Amino acid sequence: MIVADRKKIPEIRDMVKDHDRVLMVGCGTCVTVCLAGGERETGIMGSALRMSLKLAGRGKTVVDECTIERQCEDAFIDVLAQRVDQYDAVVSLGCGAGVQALAERFPGKAVYPGLNTQFMGILESQGVWTEKCAGCGACRLGQYFGICPLTRCSKRQLNGPCGSSRNGKCEVSENTDCAWQLIYDRAKAMGKASMLASVAAAQDWSSSNDGGVRKVVREDQCIAGMGPKA
Amino acid sequence: MDKEPVILAFCCHYCAYAAADMAGSMRLSYPSNIRVLRFPCTGKIEENHILAAFERGVDGVMVAGCLEGGCHFLEGNLRARRRVERVKRMLGEIGIEPQRLEMFNLSSAEGPRFAQIAKEMAQRVAPLGKSPLSKSEAEVERGIGDMQVEAMAEIQGGSK
Repeated sequence: MIVADRKKIPEIRDMVKDHDRVLMVGCGTCVTVCLAGGERETGIMGSALRMSLKLAGRGKTVVDECTIERQCEDAFIDVLAQRVDQYDAVVSLGCGAGVQALAERFPGKAVYPGLNTQFMGILESQGVWTEKCAGCGACRLGQYFGICPLTRCSKRQLNGPCGSSRNGKCEVSENTDCAWQLIYDRAKAMGKASMLASVAAAQDWSSSNDGGVRKVVREDQCIAGMGPKA
Repeated sequence: MDKEPVILAFCCHYCAYAAADMAGSMRLSYPSNIRVLRFPCTGKIEENHILAAFERGVDGVMVAGCLEGGCHFLEGNLRARRRVERVKRMLGEIGIEPQRLEMFNLSSAEGPRFAQIAKEMAQRVAPLGKSPLSKSEAEVERGIGDMQVEAMAEIQGGSK
């Protein structure tokens, strides 16, 4: 899932300070699961923003809240269309994709982010989420026994480990596992540690930060006349 | 605006609420500006409940749960303490003194302790005065009444 955490209240307050009516919109998908932008968090943030605005002399600013099923898909934004007309600005508690989807859908409306989108990750333990995928576009997890060195090695080494791994921990932080220790342990447990002796080729970044914004197209799923755009 | 700060006490049914009852039975006096709101466990108290109290003009909030290790639901009071700490940080961001919020632990047999923490909270809030979001006495009392109704509905219905 996409993991995010909330922005500080003063930052959001300063973004909306020139507006009279603000709608805070939560998202019922990833950010609900990571407890950053679901229905409950939207209520909390809305309440906090109202109080903050009042103390800043903007007590007449209306802040309302609502949460939709998913912000990153236009069909789910439909339910907001009429309601958004009643507001000057929208604060999205969705991830960066959700914020941009709302901005595209409501061209004349100010749309602000209420969260800082962090990474794609998993729930490690109750209340703890960790990054697992960098979305490089050329997955090599099969080669690394299910542990991604591009994401989880601090130096992103494809041929590791470096010389600074100590007791299974990374030199960056004693709380960070050495990805290469994990890879080696898993390879050994599978009886395939010898596979790590071969030198891995450099990553092909042409599928990642190359050539502008990325797009995935399934032509068989496209509706005639509606895409894909060149 | 009224002169005396109003403090809302979120009390666990299994300890603080019974202790408040006992304080009454023992004829112990505690400040008259404390309003008691009963919850089935302090673990049931979410951050939005506490923020709602401040938004409705309450001047201070005390969360009173069971002794650590003695929660009827095992760890509701431990969760509540972490939530209280998180809301304190948020209050600081909003511009409200975090000292207006505190968590206390006590058992159901501690009537005198309830009277003592009520006094402690009142003494803590008194120098801070009314909340910067304070409303008229009637509005605050109405807000507390609404919260009581909402809390009861949540307890009986499972959700708001």
